Amino acid sequence: MARAAIPGRLSWRVGTLAEARAETPTARTLVLDVPGWPGHLAGQHVDVRLTAEDGYSTQRSYSIAAPAEGERVELTIQAVPDGEVSPYLTEVFSPGDPLELRGPVGGWFVWRPAVIQPVLLVAGGSGIVPLMAMIRARRAAGSRVPFRLIYSVRTPDDIYYADELRRRTRDDGGLDVAYVYTRSVPDGWPHPPRRVGVAEVNTHGWPPDLTPDCFVCGPTGFVETVADILVALGHDPRRVRTERFGPTGG
Amino acid sequence: MSDQHLDGNALAGPLREIFAVDVTTATSRCAACGLAGALASLQVYGPAPGLVARCPGCEEVVLRMVRTPDAAWLDMRGTVSLRIPL
Amino acid sequence: MNGPLITLRPRKLPGVGIVTPGFRGRPRSSGPELPPGQYLTEDFPVLSAGPTPRVPMDRWEFVITTETSREHRWTWAELMALPSETPTVDIHCVTKWSKLGTTWRGVSLDTLMSDVDTAADYAFVHSYGGYTTNLPLEDLLDGRAWLAYKFDGDDLSPEHGGPARLLVPHLYLWKSAKWVRGIQLRFDDQPGFWETAGYHDYGDPWREQRYQGD
Repeated sequence: MARAAIPGRLSWRVGTLAEARAETPTARTLVLDVPGWPGHLAGQHVDVRLTAEDGYSTQRSYSIAAPAEGERVELTIQAVPDGEVSPYLTEVFSPGDPLELRGPVGGWFVWRPAVIQPVLLVAGGSGIVPLMAMIRARRAAGSRVPFRLIYSVRTPDDIYYADELRRRTRDDGGLDVAYVYTRSVPDGWPHPPRRVGVAEVNTHGWPPDLTPDCFVCGPTGFVETVADILVALGHDPRRVRTERFGPTGG
Repeated sequence: MSDQHLDGNALAGPLREIFAVDVTTATSRCAACGLAGALASLQVYGPAPGLVARCPGCEEVVLRMVRTPDAAWLDMRGTVSLRIPL
Repeated sequence: MNGPLITLRPRKLPGVGIVTPGFRGRPRSSGPELPPGQYLTEDFPVLSAGPTPRVPMDRWEFVITTETSREHRWTWAELMALPSETPTVDIHCVTKWSKLGTTWRGVSLDTLMSDVDTAADYAFVHSYGGYTTNLPLEDLLDGRAWLAYKFDGDDLSPEHGGPARLLVPHLYLWKSAKWVRGIQLRFDDQPGFWETAGYHDYGDPWREQRYQGD
């Protein structure tokens, strides 16, 4: 497991897009080659900086989607309608292009394989990204720690890593995934669309007396709702870690 | 509807430019109400014109950071102490 | 899109970073009518240092306190009874966006200060929610500042500082305190919220006074 053991302060480095693959019609995974990348922990993120020809510059933060593997850094970007950065990263940014990034950063919203508590992951939309890094890291470490994922999306077409999640629930052992659809459900789904509420967390989460570590990620409103539910159900607030993505990002 | 804010994870990158360790896992104690917790759990506004991190209990400012072209201004008068795990 | 066959070193702009090929960002333009370093925008970005204060109108008040602690107060009804103006002004945010020709309705600070007896040189502005900023008193006078409560023909929305904000368009917009509550007149210049965190005490966009020491 790589540890971000960087002496001194962190500044910008340049990565190059090695490959890109579509996760959904509007989300794309970018695989960056970053020379000198020191490795990272599952759940960490990077800040990226984009600069136009006239010097105009803007930054965004993106969670790393996969565990550390050499100098590769994977990000999954959701195209936001009328966004400033995401349309560029999902439609224009091409293999061979450079991207400035700073990281890895964030030591709080991190899962380490050495921790044996069962884990509850709750993802709202693109909030799945850092949680997927944790799921992938679990497998890479050969961990048997029980993981449950509650993944809330608008429609079935919005699921990232759909095939991989299917494969992992079958093969990884000890990973369970429950989907919650908020706008439209798959054919044959037992009930109409609804948001994550107490019922979903109760049914698909861990009971509080197992003292699970809970990681909740997604838009601010989603994160606050779910975190409140977890605490109301009796989970220790110190075991509920959250990462808010802001209203839309983009 | 609650105001949109991020959490202290958003401080990780900017503070990592100043500190050689990740301080979002550090524990701060609010100077206004005494609530202690990880920097990562603060309510963060910004990043423009600066990062403002507020106490999740009383909403008072715990920490502020402004990045100028050649400096970072870090104001921590809203925290009594910072405990940084090493 | 085919790139060159050789790998070109990314072009670095001094003081900023490498150019991101093909990245344009939001539509923007610069030009001689804009202060240095500013870009023209069509939207009206909302920047904040904290939660939006909600002030019940029956408790809203604006207070000017002189250096001798004499107070001049206005309730909302009293503010509405004062003669108002409809300035059209350009506004410049220190985060580099500018909007030209914005229209407001508000009461001129000349009107509010007309009965205020003071020898003070500086104004310390404070807002509901705790925000503060500072500027020389003379920059509030002679038709250069308003207590504004309408923007673009509508009531000023809470996210933009409603019910009322200070509007001082000849300085960077952080001086135009949202949710303004009062002004304290002082002999000394007391730095406010952003000024104590690295931003300039005066903030003239035409001299690009963004940060302390500029």
